[in-house]
Amino acid sequence: MKHLRFWQGGLLVAVFAAWHLLTTPGLLPNFMFENDRQAAFFFGEPVKIFGRIWNWFVANADIYEHLWVTLVETALAFAIGTGLGLVLGLWLALSPLAGAIADPYIKALNSMPRVILAPIFSVWFGLGIASKVALGVTLVFFIVFFNVYQGVKEVSPVVLANARMLGASQRQLLRHVYLPSATSWVFSSLHTSVGLAFVGAVVGEYLGSSRGVGYLILQAEGAFDINTVMAGILVLTVFALALDAAVGRIERHLMRWQPAAGETEKL
Amino acid sequence: MDAPALRLGGIACTFVARDDPGQRYTAVRDVTLTVGAGEFVSVVGPTGCGKSTLLNVAAGLLAPSVGSVHVFGDPLTGLNRRAGYMFQTESLMPWRTALQNVMAGLEFRGVGDAGAQADAWLRRVGLGGFGDRYPHQLSGGMRKRVSLAQTLVLDPDIILMDEPFSALDVQTRQLMENELLALWSAKKKAVLFITHDLDEAIAMSDRVVCLSAGPAAHPIGEFAIDLERPRDVAEVRVTPRFVELHKAIWSVLREEVLKGYRQQQQIAA
Repeated sequence: MKHLRFWQGGLLVAVFAAWHLLTTPGLLPNFMFENDRQAAFFFGEPVKIFGRIWNWFVANADIYEHLWVTLVETALAFAIGTGLGLVLGLWLALSPLAGAIADPYIKALNSMPRVILAPIFSVWFGLGIASKVALGVTLVFFIVFFNVYQGVKEVSPVVLANARMLGASQRQLLRHVYLPSATSWVFSSLHTSVGLAFVGAVVGEYLGSSRGVGYLILQAEGAFDINTVMAGILVLTVFALALDAAVGRIERHLMRWQPAAGETEKL
Repeated sequence: MDAPALRLGGIACTFVARDDPGQRYTAVRDVTLTVGAGEFVSVVGPTGCGKSTLLNVAAGLLAPSVGSVHVFGDPLTGLNRRAGYMFQTESLMPWRTALQNVMAGLEFRGVGDAGAQADAWLRRVGLGGFGDRYPHQLSGGMRKRVSLAQTLVLDPDIILMDEPFSALDVQTRQLMENELLALWSAKKKAVLFITHDLDEAIAMSDRVVCLSAGPAAHPIGEFAIDLERPRDVAEVRVTPRFVELHKAIWSVLREEVLKGYRQQQQIAA
């Protein structure tokens, strides 16, 4: 699809154009609201939103500090959650006894609504970065954990037996069979979990902080400054997309061995 | 006299259903089988008679319920480290290229020039230019050849093969059989070859062992194959002696094949 990017861009432009037309006071006759400022008050105005973003990044250049904090929280939550999920997933999957003992607890912890832990984390870890990272970790961990667990359970028994016959030790089995086999499952989970790491960071900031994009959004909401709220959401979305793309790149590099559907080239 | 390369003594394997210990299935019983050093022995039998079970016992992947396994005179505990095993189904690691798959065993053992040795073996099975391909980029026959190289690069004293060529078309199969025979005659390792194809068994082996239909399959006949070597698997099939041997073995096997077929029909009904 050569024109794919064109149509994707076109859709984006169309959405913003419609948004602009429907919200700018005086542009269209009122059909929903009595006052022509009301639409702008509820939904924001794209031109002002982009002006806000311009001010953040260029004119005042005052968002970098907040963005940096949010990104650090996201990256830490993502890294720690993924690492813990990987290690625990491998351990519980490869040790049937430990797996059987931990099983109900893992399920219970996973079904717990973790966002309500945020205030507790604030008490434990303070209002700084640590409490947001902790919230992100609880979100990321379970996704990675269950995928690794499943990935290890689904290792082909023939491939496993073959590696053993070729002389692989337990460690070599882990490194050369279980891990690579689990990676395809892990990567499918990383796309979800990178987004959730972001959610953890922003929700954490939203509930109590002095820095970060979530804090900016909270401040703006307090002042009914819907344009700034929308601008914050836009910035977060773009960065979440960028992180997802980065995961996708690493995935394509590491998963070259996987068959892709329809690999022939039309000449 | 030297101890045989592989000796299965009075092997029985009974499987118990995990969720219902009352459900038992005895796959093989009273199997005594020896493979001399440098001997090519085939086991033929009706489908589902426990041929693969025997091979797993010989490999040390499965502990027999009764009986003993001796490797060059020593009782086998754990995996059979002197054996290479070529599986019936896909056994290559899909995340490794052909070359890395062939290297795997050497790498696990910490051999220094693993890459060079693996490359030489890939060439020997006719896949010199395919080292950087992943298994999904190779055809079924090529994957089998990679498996063959993967097993043989370790230079095992005993080679266990579980219907290695059953998934291949006739032409590729004859090519691979001839390749295997050539490689085997150069090295003279002990081979235990499982197949359901009597033609293949006779064409390749020094000795053919017939297994009865399961459950509780056991050897019912043993035939020395005195065809001259080197053989070409396609040509040897039309020699009078081959036809004679085939007739003799088939007369023993036919009844069992029919029995196995009837049992499967009963289960299906």
